[in-house]
Amino acid sequence: MIRIQLEKRAQHSAIFSLTSPLIALAITATLGAIMFLLLGKSPTAALYSYFIEPLTDMWSIHELMIKAAPLILIATGLSICFLSNNWNIGAEGQFILGGIFGSALPILYPEFTGPMVLPLMLIMGIIGGAAYATIPAFLKAKFSTNEILSSLMLVYVAQLFLDWLVRGPWRNPEGFNFPESRTFHADAILPEIWFASGRAHWGFAFAIIIAVLMWFVLNKTLKGFEVRVLGLSPRAGRFAGFSENKMIYTAFIVAGGLAGLAGISEVSGAIGQLRPVISPGYGFTAIIVAFLGRLNPLGIIAAGLILALSYLGGEAAQISIGVSNKVSAVFQGLLLFSVLACDTLIHYKIKIVKTMRGKAAL
Amino acid sequence: MAASEIAQRKQLLAVENLTKVFGTLKANDGVDFDIDEGEIHALLGENGAGKSTLVKMLFGTLQPDGGQILWRSKPQIITKPSFARQLGIGMVFQHFSLFDSLSVAENIALSLDASTPLSKVSEEAERVADKYGLSINAEAMVGDLSVGERQRVEIIRCLLQKPNLIILDEPTSVLTPQESDRLFETLETLRSEGKSILYISHKLDEVKRLCDRATVLRHGKVVGHCIPADETPSSLAAMMVGESIHTIRKVADETDKNREIVLSVQNLSQKPTGPFSTALKDISFDVPAGEVFGIAGVAGNGQFELFEAMSGERMQKDAAMITFRNDPIGHKSINERRKAGAAFSPEERFGHAAIATLSLADNILLSRHASDANVYLSGGILKIAKPSALRKTLSRIVETMDVRKSGENPDAGTLSGGNLQKVILGREFDRQPSLLIVDQPTWGVDAGAAARIRQSLIDLSKSGSAVVVISQDLDELLEMCGRIAVMSEGQMSEPQQASTVTRETLGLLMGGANAGQAA
Amino acid sequence: MTPEIAIAIFLTIATAATPLLIAALGELVVERSGVLNLGVEGMMVMGAVTGFGAAQITGSAYLGLLAAIICGALFSLLFGVLTLSLATNQVATGLSLTLLGLGASGMIGENFIGLPGIKLKAIEIPLLSDIPVIGRLLFAQDLIFYISILLTIAIWYFVFKTRAGLTLRSVGDNHTSAHALGINVLKVRYLAVMFGGACAGLAGAHLSLVYTPQWTENMTAGRGWIALALVVFASWRPLRIVAGAYLFGAVTIAQFHAQAQGVAIPSQLLSSLPYIATIIVLVLISTNKRMTMKNTPASLGKPFVPDR
Repeated sequence: MIRIQLEKRAQHSAIFSLTSPLIALAITATLGAIMFLLLGKSPTAALYSYFIEPLTDMWSIHELMIKAAPLILIATGLSICFLSNNWNIGAEGQFILGGIFGSALPILYPEFTGPMVLPLMLIMGIIGGAAYATIPAFLKAKFSTNEILSSLMLVYVAQLFLDWLVRGPWRNPEGFNFPESRTFHADAILPEIWFASGRAHWGFAFAIIIAVLMWFVLNKTLKGFEVRVLGLSPRAGRFAGFSENKMIYTAFIVAGGLAGLAGISEVSGAIGQLRPVISPGYGFTAIIVAFLGRLNPLGIIAAGLILALSYLGGEAAQISIGVSNKVSAVFQGLLLFSVLACDTLIHYKIKIVKTMRGKAAL
Repeated sequence: MAASEIAQRKQLLAVENLTKVFGTLKANDGVDFDIDEGEIHALLGENGAGKSTLVKMLFGTLQPDGGQILWRSKPQIITKPSFARQLGIGMVFQHFSLFDSLSVAENIALSLDASTPLSKVSEEAERVADKYGLSINAEAMVGDLSVGERQRVEIIRCLLQKPNLIILDEPTSVLTPQESDRLFETLETLRSEGKSILYISHKLDEVKRLCDRATVLRHGKVVGHCIPADETPSSLAAMMVGESIHTIRKVADETDKNREIVLSVQNLSQKPTGPFSTALKDISFDVPAGEVFGIAGVAGNGQFELFEAMSGERMQKDAAMITFRNDPIGHKSINERRKAGAAFSPEERFGHAAIATLSLADNILLSRHASDANVYLSGGILKIAKPSALRKTLSRIVETMDVRKSGENPDAGTLSGGNLQKVILGREFDRQPSLLIVDQPTWGVDAGAAARIRQSLIDLSKSGSAVVVISQDLDELLEMCGRIAVMSEGQMSEPQQASTVTRETLGLLMGGANAGQAA
Repeated sequence: MTPEIAIAIFLTIATAATPLLIAALGELVVERSGVLNLGVEGMMVMGAVTGFGAAQITGSAYLGLLAAIICGALFSLLFGVLTLSLATNQVATGLSLTLLGLGASGMIGENFIGLPGIKLKAIEIPLLSDIPVIGRLLFAQDLIFYISILLTIAIWYFVFKTRAGLTLRSVGDNHTSAHALGINVLKVRYLAVMFGGACAGLAGAHLSLVYTPQWTENMTAGRGWIALALVVFASWRPLRIVAGAYLFGAVTIAQFHAQAQGVAIPSQLLSSLPYIATIIVLVLISTNKRMTMKNTPASLGKPFVPDR
């Protein structure tokens, strides 16, 4: 029999804190190579088209930023939630509500134009996401209702709500009955950052700025300290005079607001109208981003780019080597597994012991 | 006891050169001792001397790195507790290994072998309970039992396995003096039946009263074997500690009536705050400047709830229930109370007073970010923490409290219990508070550090502050306090003068004898 | 309403309730051991795709079921190794099991989309199925229905009446004490997790072999999560799970019927009813804090690292 034995480290390992995400990436790449072998593809070619090819031209680097922006924004918000022990896994729903709220203006009042449109849309998006996240926060603070289940259930509700809107009241009157809203007018479109080279819009800039600000708040200020203390021990937090209930609201509202901003940025910057589906699962993938970034907003920037690459790589690999783009989702799942497993190294030494019957460990 | 008598007795268990190493620490280093049939043998040592490690090896939850265990003169490798039980070794744990959500009968069934049908367990348990004078209700939920009742369950559970050797780990640490006496009677009955008992303790008078022989452990090594009846408490203490502990200097007993009342609790009542919490019932007392006020009682009688109420972790509806220097503060938060000059140190070190995975400097910020915001925070509303100021405070605390640690600013979890407690209390002493409320100041702390902590508390009161000490250790309270009140079922007794009160009186109050009555 | 219609409605409710019941029973055993596995959705969807695929390949729905059970158990082992042997965070690991399951099932099932499914046939128990009304309701169902009922009774008996069940509860209540008594905590938890995985796999196979005999991506549609909520709703008691599962089955069927009848309510609102009902039920349950706290296995979600 082989058994895994954990030995607690006296002090957490600084080396593994930094390297565990890298080890996890290496493990995932290895598992991916094995998977491609089993699918009968050349692992090197597959991994190349997955992780290198999308970086070789400017156009796809722009696409990378488009996909990374919502991931980074959402994951940054989730980092506050997870650090403070609030398991908000409904960011996908908050993203959708942000998209819906923000789109209300250009869809319901298409004649209202001008420079005020876009800022109002963004603010509405933030409010939409934050308001939606307040529901599980309220239920948790008031009734101790499990926030994992309530926030997740609201994702399904949000998806159905969006579906109803674009098929019903918000359907484009000139759209030949397609389930889509009207397309946004020019003032409601989030502009490109460098128009000349590609499509990447200002959502990516928001993501980077907000992640850096959040890093500062979490690591340098008393608020960040409060987040961590309440996450590590609510009772010690109470001893420090911090309020657990206020933190529930803060964490959910910030995370929901950022998911909402990501939602309206995606709709306004990348899609240009509302459709029945506006997210390829960003809200869930962002959970992986948050953990791969070790809940540190600077790490999340890097992790967001890597996960965005897995989306692009999936599309690229489908074209170049003919594997399903569903492989991306498998990659993402494996990556989160590896990250969690490697994080064990930070606090424990892992030993593989052979035990034999009758001669039990001496 | 004559030498020939000892020779006639049959040896039951012997331990030879037993060694256990954790990393670089030798928790047990070549330990030797033996127990005869029908003997109560004491294993004496301070916290951290290696007693628990030794016991875990005897019971099979840890494996030795060297040496051997002989059972009836035959070497045995005890791989797991079920094998220890098979040999005839039973164990009553210090921190009870009971299951709150299961009934007494179910708890007992778990440690019996599978041949006893579940339906028969209650019957068996009640039979054994009656025989040894341990009354229990087999259908009761363990979570609802008192500490003394839980210990009875543990002992019955152990006796049902018909062991030849019973290991008791600090059994009286949670009992009133009267409950302890009852336990000793049970143990003496067992001895008269020829059972052997390994009695682990650091309480010298108990060992002297009860035990036939003693083995003394210090820093993982056996420092001596002795017959406790032939020793004095101080000679036993000297063996256990290895150095004479300096006796602490106490303040004068007579309380100056004219001194300012710093803390005044008036008619404090509070409903239970959770399913396992105790209600507080009409508690009133005053603590003047310069006094160390003791609160005694068996764990779970409302001390924790009282601490939370006084600290402001739980606020009161009526502000006048708690007055701090003539200022009603019942409705104020913990940080407002701190800003007014109060300081608090809870019982639980990890997860309440400190966080194991945060650095010591961060742990200082934990309790002082509001009261000393001008020192530790900058940047206005941004409230940016100042690591340099925190480190400066840390090194000051380390110096004055003589804290041993590795590295400049390690995680709190890497410190030993005693050293962490010095940091936690040092963090508050450093503020020169006019009121310090401390719960179990020396729980699980080695004797040297405990003496230092008690001295610091007395020094603080001498400097004119009021100090409230909640403790289960009567010796500690009698040593330090001017007056002692006793908590029982959420009520508080009339405070007693420490210089005149007897342990018996305190014991009766702990048992709820006349709690709530004006004495 | 004629008895014929009532019977038909009950049968559809039973079909909707059965996968929830089985998945929730499995998770109940897992949580009773002190482990919170949020991967039910992932394990179910893996069971659904495996069951469908194995039935396609072998031509036998029963072999499909068997494959789904094995797949669910093996897939849960992944969660077990991480949370038990490597002491990872159970919430995050369970989530990643769900994400991986949804992704992997999508990949595996890509070629199954649109294929006609193989439906598990009802088994009419001779004589008993001839009893008026009750016979049609209880004795002319498919194998999984029978399993779900037997499983409920078996788990109730196991948890509360057997020594092994007592051991399971003790591990969930206080793993440190259980370890001190010499109970192999990790072994108990591994077995519980794999049992939960097997149940989730079977529940998933019910979806792709009975409920809607075909494969569509994400066909579990949150049922794994609802099963998790049911365990809380039932305060970790097997018989209450039956009530909860059938209640949800009824909600699901009611909204189908309402849609079929062309009720003037948007279909999306009707479709969201089970999710909204889940939230409402969770709130109702959690308002009784004392009862919830008393029934929750005390070491639920806490990792256990034996000190060698």
